[in-house]
Amino acid sequence: MIEYIPFIAVVAMILIGLYAVVFRRNLIKIVIGISIIESGVNLFLIMLGYREGGVAPIFTSLPPGTTYPPEMVLPVPQALTLTSIVIGVAVLALMLSLVMHIYRKYGTLDVRKIRRLKE
Amino acid sequence: MTVLEALLQHSPALIIAIPLLSAFLLPLVSRIHAKVRDVFALVMLGVTSCFVGLLASDVLSHGPRIYIFGAQNLRVPLVRILFEVDSMGVFMAIITMMLAIIAVIYSWSFLHQEDGLDKYYTLLLLVVTSALGMELTGDIFNFFVFLEISCIASCALIAFWVTEGEALEAAFKYIVVSSIGALFVLFAIGIFYAQYNALNIATLAHLLLFTFLDKIALVILLVSLGMKAGLAPMHMWLPDSYGRAPPSIVLIIMSATLASFYGLLRVVFTFYGNVLTTSLRFSLPAHVVIGWILIALAIVSILIGVIMALVQTDLLRLIGYAAVAEIGYMFLAVGASIAALGTSYATVALQGGVLHILNDAVDIGLLFLVAGAIYYVTKKRSLDDLSGLARTMKFTTVFFIIGLLAVAGMPPLNGFTSKFLIYESVYQLNPILSIIALLGSILLLAIFVKVLYAAFLGPELPGLKDVKEAPKSMLLAMGFLAGLAIFIGLFPNLLLDTLVKPAVSALLDHAQYISMVVGGL
Repeated sequence: MIEYIPFIAVVAMILIGLYAVVFRRNLIKIVIGISIIESGVNLFLIMLGYREGGVAPIFTSLPPGTTYPPEMVLPVPQALTLTSIVIGVAVLALMLSLVMHIYRKYGTLDVRKIRRLKE
Repeated sequence: MTVLEALLQHSPALIIAIPLLSAFLLPLVSRIHAKVRDVFALVMLGVTSCFVGLLASDVLSHGPRIYIFGAQNLRVPLVRILFEVDSMGVFMAIITMMLAIIAVIYSWSFLHQEDGLDKYYTLLLLVVTSALGMELTGDIFNFFVFLEISCIASCALIAFWVTEGEALEAAFKYIVVSSIGALFVLFAIGIFYAQYNALNIATLAHLLLFTFLDKIALVILLVSLGMKAGLAPMHMWLPDSYGRAPPSIVLIIMSATLASFYGLLRVVFTFYGNVLTTSLRFSLPAHVVIGWILIALAIVSILIGVIMALVQTDLLRLIGYAAVAEIGYMFLAVGASIAALGTSYATVALQGGVLHILNDAVDIGLLFLVAGAIYYVTKKRSLDDLSGLARTMKFTTVFFIIGLLAVAGMPPLNGFTSKFLIYESVYQLNPILSIIALLGSILLLAIFVKVLYAAFLGPELPGLKDVKEAPKSMLLAMGFLAGLAIFIGLFPNLLLDTLVKPAVSALLDHAQYISMVVGGL
């Protein structure tokens, strides 16, 4: 049971994020919602990287004579997560800069007061 | 090995590298002179197109190519990225390059009074890179990275007219929709990696067992890529961003949208190609269920697109809704071909759908360029403020009429060729679908004839007395698309035989795509 808790957390984070994006009226809260979804997905990727009894993939700290032990974990999920975090930062910065411009233009962050593009 | 062979061998990498590097060189080049910058962007896109052409001619005659970044052999686990280029990929790459070059030529005059153009061209080249990357890659995570690049760069381009509140709003909507879509694609990638320890599309397609998790991943991928491609009911970002971005940018965003559509095709036909005929509950095969869901959404797209376009007064936004309807036609064809997988008319439907990707790019692109030319000379968006433009803008009027007939699917223009294939094949699946598709086309014709009367004919307005014809580079860009529309309409077989049929057979022949990687290495 205990090993499922992170996956439950992943689903919960994604649902919380989606709730914020769909039902919140404040632009900053929408941005936070997307950020939470992203963290949930990153947590999911990190969870996949865990292998029972695995060894960290550092070739220089191997015992001499060995080339490639089978217990060594392939660090693909970690690499994916790093990439995803970097992309997430860029998206977050861009979204916040848009929110800033919108606030300057309309003087409010409420979605209901901003909407001009309706039909 | 001759130079040409070496260039050909590395062309998949160069096609990505040249626009990517020149994107970041561009701010430096623009220090020299504005003209140098404009020419530099065009020349670099031209060089990339040469490589695309080289690769296309090779792929079409010798079959798919693989390009490996990283470990060549498989003794250590797969720390490498594959590019796998087949006829479908090069077909999409050709469309992307065509749209990009036209957009750059059009931007020369259209935006010459604006500032911040060095960033504009940088972002433009980045979107082109990302669309090309999505089309050529053979790695699902790589696909996600390019999807995110296209999302970030297109969002910044939609907000190009940053002083307009509506442009900011459209850009925010776009980035919310597409970043959530991309995150869900990443979630689906995680599901695949968890089960099969692989990220390579061919390897994954080979290993796929269609477990419950795979079904969830399929739904997630269909929804998020469909959202990025503008399928109803997730289409709401599309008219906003198409209507508020500078029209030259619309062509570029359209290439990213079409690349997402390509991603969806790749997912259904290659990724799940092995398991499409497995039956779900009640002995219904999976492909029938997926196909009919896509058909239903496509019908909704066509109807929403044309009905909403009828009530619009903003010209650019109106064309945006017409673009939603055109996306609906592509999904209708693809859905029909998935639902009827294995029959002969399924192949015809897919040919219609794939050809319609090109025709949609040409028709909707041409209409956007015309609307942009009107905006450039009059600075007005609303149809209520426009009248009698045909007196002064003769060429633009002719181009608009060509675009209007093409988008409505009238012979002898290009829209007819693909729409006829779609009507004909969809009719064999269910006649009602064909009737709805025809009705959509007729309504599109009605909508654009209304625009023709409102904007180009009618009395001359006093405020529009001194408008001039659009500048030469804009006319050149529109003329090229109009010429292409006529050419494809007159000689459809030329294009069908050389590009579309190989692309369709590459999509349907997923075994070959898989065996290129799994069997050959």
